[in-house]
Amino acid sequence: MANKLRAILTMLGMIIGVAAVIAMLALGNGAKKRILGWVSRMGKNTITIFPHNPKIAPVLNGAADPLSLGDAQTILKIPHVKYVSPVVTAWQPVKWGGNFTTCNIIGCAPTYIKIHDFKVQTGAMFTDYDCRDRASVAVIGPETAERLFGSQDPIGRTITVSTVRFKVVGVLVPKGRHGWFDPDNQVMLPYTTAMTDLMGRLIALNHIDLQVDHAANLNSVQAACQKVLRLNHSLIYGDEDDFWIANQIQVLKMANRIGGAFSLFLGSVAGISLLVGGIGIMNIMLVTVTERTREIGIRKAIGARRRDILRQFLIESMIISLLGGLLGVGAGIVAAHYVKFRAFTGHVEPSMVFLALSISAAIGIFFGYYPARRAAALNPIEALRYE
Amino acid sequence: MSQRKLLEITNLTKRYRIGDADVLALDAVNLIISRGEMLAITGPSGSGKSTLMNILGCLDTVDSGSYRLAGDDVSKLAGDQLAAIRNQRIGFVFQNFNLLPRLSALENVELPLLYASRHDAKAMARAALTTVGLADRTHHEPNQLSGGQRQRVAIARALVTDPAIILADEPTGNLDSHVGRDIMDLFHRLNLAGSTIIIVTHDHEVARHCGREIQLRDGRIVAEVQHAPQHQPSTTKEATTAAGLRNFPVSSSVS
Repeated sequence: MANKLRAILTMLGMIIGVAAVIAMLALGNGAKKRILGWVSRMGKNTITIFPHNPKIAPVLNGAADPLSLGDAQTILKIPHVKYVSPVVTAWQPVKWGGNFTTCNIIGCAPTYIKIHDFKVQTGAMFTDYDCRDRASVAVIGPETAERLFGSQDPIGRTITVSTVRFKVVGVLVPKGRHGWFDPDNQVMLPYTTAMTDLMGRLIALNHIDLQVDHAANLNSVQAACQKVLRLNHSLIYGDEDDFWIANQIQVLKMANRIGGAFSLFLGSVAGISLLVGGIGIMNIMLVTVTERTREIGIRKAIGARRRDILRQFLIESMIISLLGGLLGVGAGIVAAHYVKFRAFTGHVEPSMVFLALSISAAIGIFFGYYPARRAAALNPIEALRYE
Repeated sequence: MSQRKLLEITNLTKRYRIGDADVLALDAVNLIISRGEMLAITGPSGSGKSTLMNILGCLDTVDSGSYRLAGDDVSKLAGDQLAAIRNQRIGFVFQNFNLLPRLSALENVELPLLYASRHDAKAMARAALTTVGLADRTHHEPNQLSGGQRQRVAIARALVTDPAIILADEPTGNLDSHVGRDIMDLFHRLNLAGSTIIIVTHDHEVARHCGREIQLRDGRIVAEVQHAPQHQPSTTKEATTAAGLRNFPVSSSVS
């Protein structure tokens, strides 16, 4: 291609298209990775049971028939259940001295940190005795500690949650922020204290978290939970469950599916620009074939067969589109690195690069075929006469 | 004499449709050309000489009649088969040289060999350029060469495949007269070395350099003239081709 500017402008369509595809796929992939990371860091082999009113299905926590401590105790008796924790949550202000932060307050059993794989950095987790005695103790996340106490040691100090005072007995090891959910900025209280002193409710739980001894038992435990809860809630045949059991593997699968669909959607939108790039290539190849009619005539006169001419122009259009694709991959990787969508960053994988380059080559051949065929079909006598 | 018969055209007819008019470009033409001949085809424009050249060069097909080239009937061939014949048996030389502009002289000469998938293309192309006296211009592009040099490159490209015939269409038409004489000189040397050369021209000076002249008018051969050899070409500069300077008879049989 003699006209460099023209070649570059033609390539630009491919560059933009491929860059967009790479960036979008990377973003979708990044989102998926975020969700998966978040879900997997919630702990291994966990099941979470939410109250769920079948009449207002989408509102997970607006339950008519609440989950109760009794439900949690029943679940503990199911074989293969390792740990169970009733959980109540609230979003409350927390104060110490002049410092102030608003964070997630979790009322739970001591087993909660085992289920969700939290570690205590300093101090210790509160105990079953604290739960029994409704002790006013708290274990706080490292981010919360940092915000309230700065560099001071929080252990033994008294914080105010809403209007109730709690003594800090432990600080957690940081887990890292996962998007909108920050496990490092939270306050854990004995569920009994949280329910009576802070939230003013005695029975309704926000959810019940449990851990199963082995991944293979997830499904059987899930089925057993459903059975005992239906019994507890006096549901008869034909009634819908008034709870919703989320098995971690199912959540992972769902996250995977959502991430995949997200990538596919963004990728196809970007793919449209590739189509436009392909049409640009076809356009310029048609112009090139016309401009080089005489050359084609000469080549045919000295013995070029149809397939020789066809191959020559196909290779040319493929080079343009592959080169555009390569530059686009570069631009896409840069874009994926810099463009941040909320907490997601793009994550480029070799398979995406391979896909983008294959598509580029295919576009070169597909959109180059018609112009190349026109070139190959030229009559040598007329082509030689072309001025 | 029959083993010397290289090309035989029998009862060749070709029509064109231009708008509503049916034009009879060639009307029952018969022609035999022998190996080693140097032949001129002349005639006014519209006489059918371009059509005849296109058919002789296997660029065009015939409507009726037959065309045998080196023993094979090529009048029934089409498309890629004709392309193969053009590649192996015919070398074209055009009035406006028709070199590919961005390729060097060597690459231009190589091109027919590449289409034939010859592995020794470079060496053969170099030898052909040496034959036409351009051994020192192999890496020049056409726009760095003079008109005469470009036509020499074109002649090298025509003869590099060792074709049955070299077909030249007004080869001196775009050249100064003295450069044109050099080119005719080159054709003479190639002819003396064994090449069969057909020159289509309306220049009588060029036609007189050829052993035989076929005159066309309205699609028919109206006259045939035998010319005496004009001069012996100079052989000082190049030793010409490997075939040496076997002295082929310039005149030949007429059908």
